[in-house]
Amino acid sequence: MSILVNSKTRLLVQGITGNEGTFHTEQMLEYGTPLVAGVTPGKGGQDHLGLPVFNTVKEAKEATSCNTSVIFVPPKFSAAAITEAGNAGLDLVICITEGIPAADMVKAKNHIRETGTQLVGPNCPGVITPGEAKVGIMPGFIHTPGSIGVISRSGTLTYEAVDQLTKVGLGQSTCIGIGGDPIIGSTFIDLLTLFATDDDTEGVVMIGEIGGSAEEEAAQWTIDNNFNKPIVSFIAGQTAPPGRRMGHAGAIVAGGKGTAAEKMKALTEAGITVVKSPADIGITMKSLISERSLS
Amino acid sequence: MKIHEYQAKDILRRYNVPTPSGFPAFTVDKAVDAAEKLGGSTVIVKAQIHAGGRGKGGGVKLAHSIEEVRQTAEQILGMNLVTHQTGPEGTEVKRLLIEEGVAIATELYAGIVLDRSAEKYVFMVSTEGGMEIEKVAAETPEKIVKEWIEPKEGLTVQQSMNLAEALSLSGEQAHNCSKTVLALWEAFIQSDCSLAEINPLVVTEGGEVMALDAKMNFDSNALFRHPEIAEMRDLSEELPSEIEASKYSLNYIKLDGNVGCMVNGAGLAMSTMDIIKLSGGDPANFLDVGGVANSETVAHGFRIILSDPLVKSILINIFGGIVRCDRVAQGVIDALTDMEVKVPVVVRLEGTNALEAAELLENSPLDFIVASSLKDGAKKAVEAAGDLA
Repeated sequence: MSILVNSKTRLLVQGITGNEGTFHTEQMLEYGTPLVAGVTPGKGGQDHLGLPVFNTVKEAKEATSCNTSVIFVPPKFSAAAITEAGNAGLDLVICITEGIPAADMVKAKNHIRETGTQLVGPNCPGVITPGEAKVGIMPGFIHTPGSIGVISRSGTLTYEAVDQLTKVGLGQSTCIGIGGDPIIGSTFIDLLTLFATDDDTEGVVMIGEIGGSAEEEAAQWTIDNNFNKPIVSFIAGQTAPPGRRMGHAGAIVAGGKGTAAEKMKALTEAGITVVKSPADIGITMKSLISERSLS
Repeated sequence: MKIHEYQAKDILRRYNVPTPSGFPAFTVDKAVDAAEKLGGSTVIVKAQIHAGGRGKGGGVKLAHSIEEVRQTAEQILGMNLVTHQTGPEGTEVKRLLIEEGVAIATELYAGIVLDRSAEKYVFMVSTEGGMEIEKVAAETPEKIVKEWIEPKEGLTVQQSMNLAEALSLSGEQAHNCSKTVLALWEAFIQSDCSLAEINPLVVTEGGEVMALDAKMNFDSNALFRHPEIAEMRDLSEELPSEIEASKYSLNYIKLDGNVGCMVNGAGLAMSTMDIIKLSGGDPANFLDVGGVANSETVAHGFRIILSDPLVKSILINIFGGIVRCDRVAQGVIDALTDMEVKVPVVVRLEGTNALEAAELLENSPLDFIVASSLKDGAKKAVEAAGDLA
């Protein structure tokens, strides 16, 4: 098993004919991701990289039974693309685009919740189930099939963590970049819920960062729901100055809230293993998994 | 993006939020002109900087005559204003707002922010006007009343009346308050604000509900649809190195340490700062060079980091995903060949084509310190900074 995407996924690329869309579609095809179609308004009827292109998500779904989409459209059109995918009734939408206005995302998120479509991102590297489906922009080769789930607000820091896991001999079930924006689709809690019942996932790496309170809410959720798989967590931004946006739109300590210290405290109190150093994510998970298999 | 109070009030007026009459002034003479235009027995001279706590810091003063306006303007313009938000180094005052005095009956608070957990904007009011709202939230949270705004509906008339009631207003004052908060919401959402704060929101002796102060921050991702707001950016409020970085789409934030760093990705950049600290050093900056780390970006990165004289070593930490490490390595080599970098440079490249990159660095006649891991890189960069001290 795994969560969200696998070899049976039928993937659609929204914005397939753009530069980003083209480049990453090639990369995803090379990885063996089950792609079935693309959408670019006005380019319906064409073929691109061997895939049929449609004008709308609805048409693509009717013709190909796609169930998941990945979005590579420019920020000013992305919220509309998310809404369109929701209206077409896809199961899952993964939005890679960075720079979507927050007000647009508030509307899109509240809308898509009503359609029942699950959203991941925006401003994220995407989702990968190693060996089965790479849906996003992450480098495929650092991943290895296995039993550790990874949930992260970051991009390259996720690659760093995955690389550490692979090097200590721990493969990954599914890795999800949830995005660095203040309003995102799936939260830590949404994904921990899925990992809880995924038999192939033995442990979870949770990478948070300053800003907001998603990590604290996740910590409380693991207590309330007796989440019993080991979690290793790292929070980026322990040395970040308050009041400054650290690259990600959502990474800001505002009004004294959203500090790394608060998050690390809440996670530790929930029994989660918090590492101070980003270099210790892999080895710490390794020792937790070893302890567990011994006991 | 932040703007000044006088600019925020210009926007609010466009949406019919009542504000005192006033004019910006960048010189003492203009301040006097503004006071003459306003007339009246009292004017307020307000320092315009992008930080709160200006009153306590001595940046807001009353003046009762034109002569007093001149003296006060002379005193405040050019002063180094230190508030709890500027840090101990303070900010030089370059602009003033000259405003009519208002007879105040009650001081209140109104603010709008994005509630990330609720995934909605929230309108907050409090009877504790003029206080720091963080303090009110921490000590007497029951004194902050909130209305969450449905994205499809916007702030409703009913909600605006609830807010007026929460502020203990009735009759004409409640009616005026309801109108003001609705106008404030329109200004907020139409301008793509990320935060709006009116502290204090006042009820005047005449019963009007007015924005006596105004703070508006904007969502940078939405500025493309508000060119008139983007033009309000005051570059003199930002560090030259940070402005320079933004020209090249580099995300740079200056810090106080001596270990410079250049990283791809915001999360990894923050983590690199964290591990420098854990290794016994202090990071000099946050720098995310983004997805393209070619020789040009790397060269700009070096120049910006080195514009900070405190920097004693530089750690380059790149995790190559889409960006290939050998290209980054070549970029570093080219940049260092073309420019003089007098501090030790530690390079850690991992990911796509990392082996080819290591080979390039090894064969280069330039003097790098090559690191084998994140931890090793941080350790070597901190040691290198110490060696020069």
